[in-house]
Amino acid sequence: MSATAAPPVARAAPPARGALADELVAIGVVWHRELLRFGRNRLRMVTSLVQPLLFLFVLGSGLSSMLPSSGGVDFRTFMFPGIIAMSVLFTSLFSALSIVWDREFGFLREMLVAPVHRGAIVLGKCAGGATIATIQGSVILLLAGAVHVPYAPELLLALLGFMVVTAVALTALGLLLASRMQQIESFMAVMNFVTLPMFFLAGAIFPPRGLPEWLSVLTKLDPLTYAVDPMRREVFAHVEASPALERTLSAGVRWGSWTVPIGVELAIVAAVGALSLVLAIKAFARAE
Amino acid sequence: MATPADAVVEVRDLVKRFGPLEAVRGISFDVAHGEAFGFIGPNGAGKSTTISILCTLLRPTSGTARVAGFDVVRDPLAVRRRIGLVFQDPTLDEYLTAEENLRFHARLYGVPRRQLARRLDEVLDMVELGDRRHHLVRTFSGGMKRRLEIARGLMHSPQVLFLDEPTIGLDPQTRSHIWSSIDELRAREQVTMFLTTHSMEEAERCDRVAIIDHGELVATGTPEALKETVGQDRIELHVDDPREALAELRARYGIAASRHDGEVAFQVARADEFAPRLLAELRTPTRAIHIARPTLDDVFMAYTGRTIRDAEASSAERRHSGTIARAWRGRR
Repeated sequence: MSATAAPPVARAAPPARGALADELVAIGVVWHRELLRFGRNRLRMVTSLVQPLLFLFVLGSGLSSMLPSSGGVDFRTFMFPGIIAMSVLFTSLFSALSIVWDREFGFLREMLVAPVHRGAIVLGKCAGGATIATIQGSVILLLAGAVHVPYAPELLLALLGFMVVTAVALTALGLLLASRMQQIESFMAVMNFVTLPMFFLAGAIFPPRGLPEWLSVLTKLDPLTYAVDPMRREVFAHVEASPALERTLSAGVRWGSWTVPIGVELAIVAAVGALSLVLAIKAFARAE
Repeated sequence: MATPADAVVEVRDLVKRFGPLEAVRGISFDVAHGEAFGFIGPNGAGKSTTISILCTLLRPTSGTARVAGFDVVRDPLAVRRRIGLVFQDPTLDEYLTAEENLRFHARLYGVPRRQLARRLDEVLDMVELGDRRHHLVRTFSGGMKRRLEIARGLMHSPQVLFLDEPTIGLDPQTRSHIWSSIDELRAREQVTMFLTTHSMEEAERCDRVAIIDHGELVATGTPEALKETVGQDRIELHVDDPREALAELRARYGIAASRHDGEVAFQVARADEFAPRLLAELRTPTRAIHIARPTLDDVFMAYTGRTIRDAEASSAERRHSGTIARAWRGRR
């Protein structure tokens, strides 16, 4: 663009990095900010752990005392994967709230007017929220021993991997929901409408097989079902349980007579995440 | 004024319609390098719509706009890299420190890491917030936040800094502090400033102003030139002998003055230059002199038929919060 005369003072040359490098830096910067804010909010760190711990140790202990001794398996062992999923679910969707918050307090505009594509901002937000959710889930994971889940490295790694996939997918879903929300209040209302049904239908705290037919259809539509089930199957592969008990508590998700393999379940979660992400990016790109 | 060769903002026949509403009706103007250009007009006149188009936040319905040599529609990212923006509404992250806000911005705008530390010191120094750099922004006053936003807008050394109502909602002392920051950075950076305002005091500080009303530019020029177009300055002399003064004015300068009791009044082009000469030369003893200059308010009145305050009051739904924000969110 030689039409303009040279500016009178020396200016920093416009960045000469490649376009892709610019976008990656932008993702990193947005991600970093999410972690900075999270690290600064100790109260949020602590309070978001209270709920899963209550479910696991209060509700879980109460329920297990009601149930007949089930072949040596602690009921809380059964609940454990569900509680990890719960922690990831709530943290992921709550992280997406930050984009509504940013919109209400103006900071979103600072990001949207930057010389980067909107997609990079959304990806950075997603990466940040997913990282925080994975950290929260990992704290629950550390308590495995307290509910008789062994600290087997391959089990922990597998659960961590499942958590990452779940966290990314759910944060993306949250961002999609947040893309149209102008107010924190309406986001909170929608969140309650989304999180609790997702949580209860996913079989996180009871075996979904006991549900009536019409409800079991809903559980199969709940993406969280396909996040909880692989974790539970992985856990039951590492605890001593009679085959009969394992059939009752961790039989896998069935479509007709076909038991959906773990790989397919994870692919479903990933697909939900990818679709949400694409739609969320589109929604933010439209907001010119 | 600005020739295309040194224009940093070039606007040609710009039109923006929102449905049936024509917010901007074919305006054209240039802004030269290093200039402070003021866009004045009441709310709803189209100034925020125009600034949003120049900042690539809105697409024009027709017409072209180039900023720093790039077309705002075809090269929005190139334009964004070369402009700084200070909005009416705060857009800072209050839970980060001043420095963290600036670093976030610098990385997003691709400021090289080598230059980052020096640039941080420079901009914080310019707005006198160096000692608060590690404080959370939520502890800042309104004026400090605005200054920090100005510093942030400069982090990436833009060619043009857009300021949308930079001192709206601030008390007079804070206003003058903001303006001293702005003057300071103009002196140091020679950055082009494009600001919108409906304060005539603020407009007076600009090199050139454009008056926009109902989506059309009604006048463009230096504040001085605009004031000269609406009328001459008025000089009132308090003299002992009005009759003698009248005669002398007529004989010496060919001025037909009028007499009101002990006062003699007349109009002249540049009273500030004429008065010293007059006092030195006038034989008639003079006790007092009063000079009244046309104000930009008079200019606005002359071009639009109403005062800016009336225009403000009559503009429907005047929620002065976030006109850019509204244009940006609404995009109807």
